[in-house]
Amino acid sequence: MLIKVTKASDCHESDVTPESIYLSRRNVLSVAVTGLAVSGLPRWAAADNVARYADVEPGKAPVWFSEKLSSVKWGAVVVKDEAITPFKDATHYNNFYEFGTDKGDPAANAGTLKTEPWSVVVDGEVGKPGRYALEDFMKPYQLEERIYRLRCVEAWSMVIPWIGFPLSALLKEVEPTSKARFMRFETLQDPKSMPGQRSGFALIDWPYIEGLRLDEAMSPLAILAVGMYGRVLPNQNGAPLRLVVPWKYGFKSIKSIVRISLVGEQPKTTWQSIAADEYGFYANVNPTVDHPRWTQARERRLPSGLFKPNVRDTQLFNGYSEEVASLYTGLDLRKNY
Amino acid sequence: MRYPFWRVGVFVVVLVWPLLWLYQALEDVLGPDPGKVLVDRLGLGALVLLLVILSLTPLQKLTGWAGWNVVRRQLGLWCFAYVLLHLSSYCAFILGFDWSQLGVELRKRPYIIVGGLGFLGLLALAVTSNRYSQRRLGARWKKLHRLAYVILGLGLLHMLWIVRADLKEWVIYASTGALLLVLRLPPLARRIPRLMAKKGSSAKKA
Repeated sequence: MLIKVTKASDCHESDVTPESIYLSRRNVLSVAVTGLAVSGLPRWAAADNVARYADVEPGKAPVWFSEKLSSVKWGAVVVKDEAITPFKDATHYNNFYEFGTDKGDPAANAGTLKTEPWSVVVDGEVGKPGRYALEDFMKPYQLEERIYRLRCVEAWSMVIPWIGFPLSALLKEVEPTSKARFMRFETLQDPKSMPGQRSGFALIDWPYIEGLRLDEAMSPLAILAVGMYGRVLPNQNGAPLRLVVPWKYGFKSIKSIVRISLVGEQPKTTWQSIAADEYGFYANVNPTVDHPRWTQARERRLPSGLFKPNVRDTQLFNGYSEEVASLYTGLDLRKNY
Repeated sequence: MRYPFWRVGVFVVVLVWPLLWLYQALEDVLGPDPGKVLVDRLGLGALVLLLVILSLTPLQKLTGWAGWNVVRRQLGLWCFAYVLLHLSSYCAFILGFDWSQLGVELRKRPYIIVGGLGFLGLLALAVTSNRYSQRRLGARWKKLHRLAYVILGLGLLHMLWIVRADLKEWVIYASTGALLLVLRLPPLARRIPRLMAKKGSSAKKA
């Protein structure tokens, strides 16, 4: 079921504190006026540009993206009572090891990634395999905005307004065969543009691989994203096409996808191959199952200041139990972490 | 006191870094998670200081300049101060002063245990770094302060167990440390050449 029925208790995106006000808490009075002016803009004025969110650098969007942007279903899913992470933080604090292991490396190095032209291979147990140019791949889908919590396995978290489409819509399009039981995703491998892949000391065996059980992939929460903050995805956030599965740790949400396969066996994912005791296949957010090297009970919601640390309790399935808990009935979450 | 300007210069250079980082954190240039950045930088700073300390003897042998030795105690205490700040920042910014959680971490996480042992080692060296202890302990003092080599090993292990995906940086620190330890093996230590002629009037630098 693709239609998200808004619960009466859900807040609308327009209720989220404008970032300009959030950031200017030190001089609330002077900037409150500006904040009011921004939030007071008519809805249509902001509908098709980055002015929906403050301080967003406009990206160089491909034609297909700009065309689809006018019909985006804004705020299709929202997060209640939690501020959206500032754009600068969401784009300058990233784990994308293809571009380096420091949080700032992806923003500094991902400029070399060439996202146009881009093609996606769909193969394995599907009725319609093939290599698709991204603009053709995207044709059938209506874009919608999903504001999701993102919980990294390193115990920090953000709230990000993604633009994408349900993964289930893709599955309908590619017609999985009866043998398909898992989805396998692969990131681009291109050492020329990805300095992390040139490192002789990397423990990762490139390309980066992720996977989902087919019923997980069918969950209405799972999306493939092509944009965020009302614009096209920045390179460091996984342009031009990435997975977003908000009830799982961030590393499951694979970036810059070039290959999507339907398979019969559970795929061997990258982090599992490096350290199976630390990173399981499921990687569902779970405050009661520690990472062997640190606790997962709490998280730092970024930005988290030095003297005003923004630490909060981590929720089971990152707060999406209602939507996904039924996928795991009867499964021992301690063993299948 | 010999080499007062050199001593004060070293003091200032080592003091400046934590102050700069703190300033950066308060000015929001360390990104959205400044506490974590501070913890990482202080830990790495302490490791660098330890490597600098272990290179003083080889440098002294190479150059014949006595100035290297006069900053050893100071740098050792600085290394301890960095680790103390590293530990406090960890307790404040990562654990949020949740002491019961610190207990859990100390019991369950090998890299925290190793880091804690390194801290205790440095504490012992810092406490016995004064002249009084040197006199009291006599020959045993030197033996005790060879703990520095063990602490370097613990520090490197602590760092290794935090690495998640790329060993390059760690390999650089570890190989530097290994080289400095190898230079202490007696057959090698005796062969370190003196590059510069010993200056009879090196005191005039002071």
